[in-house]
Amino acid sequence: MKPGILVFVEARDGRVKNASWEALGEALRLKSAAGGDVSAALVGSGVQSLAGLAAARGADRVFAVDQGYLGAYDCAAWGRALQRAAEASGAGLILLGGTTVGRDVGPWLAAQLDAPYAADCTSTVVEKGGVVARRPVYAGKAVATVGADADVCVLTLRPKAFEAAPEQPGRTAPVTLVVPGDPEHVRAVAVSLATGAGGALDVAEADVVVSGGRGVGGPEGFKPLEELAAVLGGAVGASRAVVDLGWRDHAAQVGQTGKTVAPTLYIAAGISGAIQHLAGMRTSKVIVAINRDPEAPIFKTATYGIVGDLFEVVPELSRALKEAGVHR
Amino acid sequence: MNLYVCLSRVPDTATRIRVHADGLRIDPEGVQFTINPFDEFAVEEAVKLKEKQGGKVTVITVGPAEAQKDLRACLARGVDDAVLLAPKGPVDGLGVAKLLAARLKDAKPDAIFCGKQSVDDDQGAVGPMLAALLGMPVVTRVVKFEARGATFAAAREIEGGLENVEGAFPAVITADKGLNKPRAAGLKDIMGAKNKPLVQESVDAPAPKLRTLKLEPPAERAPGRIVGEGKAATAKLVDALRNESKVL
Repeated sequence: MKPGILVFVEARDGRVKNASWEALGEALRLKSAAGGDVSAALVGSGVQSLAGLAAARGADRVFAVDQGYLGAYDCAAWGRALQRAAEASGAGLILLGGTTVGRDVGPWLAAQLDAPYAADCTSTVVEKGGVVARRPVYAGKAVATVGADADVCVLTLRPKAFEAAPEQPGRTAPVTLVVPGDPEHVRAVAVSLATGAGGALDVAEADVVVSGGRGVGGPEGFKPLEELAAVLGGAVGASRAVVDLGWRDHAAQVGQTGKTVAPTLYIAAGISGAIQHLAGMRTSKVIVAINRDPEAPIFKTATYGIVGDLFEVVPELSRALKEAGVHR
Repeated sequence: MNLYVCLSRVPDTATRIRVHADGLRIDPEGVQFTINPFDEFAVEEAVKLKEKQGGKVTVITVGPAEAQKDLRACLARGVDDAVLLAPKGPVDGLGVAKLLAARLKDAKPDAIFCGKQSVDDDQGAVGPMLAALLGMPVVTRVVKFEARGATFAAAREIEGGLENVEGAFPAVITADKGLNKPRAAGLKDIMGAKNKPLVQESVDAPAPKLRTLKLEPPAERAPGRIVGEGKAATAKLVDALRNESKVL
């Protein structure tokens, strides 16, 4: 692997994704083992103004591909732009935050560069001229350790699995403007954010998730869960059964064909604990299970369990938390 | 339209995964393999598109001979023909994308549908890689799709919402759950599928760029406990969350 690390600093609407600062933090940790310096790549329209932020977070050099046509997201256009930034930096290891954009552009870039690609890494090491990473597979039912030692390797990092690079006020770095050419690559463009689901806290990003399963009995049964989530500043999740029944949108599904979540606190109400559901939430810091059936498999995975009717327990829990003055 | 769907064969999501004694792969003993759940939505969307705008749907997979069963299941649900590329050695995601691209390059597809990721490796890489290799645009995690002749409108799931996308064929589309309701095949369809063309070819495997060094079970969680029964237990729970786990 060539020395040097390039981190894709992803920004939308002028805001850098925290997953990018986490990737930069990991790059700084790997810097001495990888040799060379740590570069940041900015891609978009008006993103040059964010170079100072990347420098303040520890980037030694910043490569900005700042073009009007990159204002809307297109995987191929952004991928090509990032490829040009990568070539300009000469870096051997390319790190991206595992956002929806990162998970698009990372493999696109790897294919262009004929480079090895590992997604959703939860730890990384640079050794003997290559990179070794751990990544959950089978939705977390197993963990793989993978290795690659090509000239250039591309990894996406699981959000919230790494420490964000801290700000060092006053730190600066040279900025290089890279011109990508070929804007004809823009062919499938993001035109707008749809209303409805937009704006809601995503279960994958929330620090607290309150999920309901078949035990909630119907769409209206989610009301006490929504109230509890509101008290805790969390998001409402759902089991696959509930989504398949149409009680809740797929965006809320936790598990193997939904989202993998790892919040600080996961509360499962009326969820029995199918293997595919447990896979999607088992790395949560604390798991609370509320279920009428004392034999429900969810209790084997839970940190704390309450055996009881969720329609009695959940509202009482909301009340008790409010009374205890809990604000998250 | 000339439509393709890429399929992969994965352990059923209800399957308990055990690591093989070699520590490098799963133990296939007792594992039920099936069509990757996200690919089911890709198949359905391709067939719906054919029904709307005319054309032909071909399903293609890189996998073992056993995958013929999965391909036949697709042929029973409106797919017209099937191709099974059986690699002579292990392949990684990029290898799969290369084999598919080599096969599809001259086929001039108008659209290629894939699942957003395979629920075994969870890389979600083949769709974007295939797009890169074929020079086609790609829209991933699609939950709404509407073809309008030579162009399309789609909605994809992003963090905390949906994003509307517009594009033109040819394109690679990766399907997320919610895109459609895959149809069930009737007995007549299943019988008819037996006469549809299915070719199997042995292909050289591109050398994997990513090596698996180890596969292991996830870390065990510390054992938990039942704090109590009914709503009287909530006080104990709040106390444990606050003073023991310190998450409040």
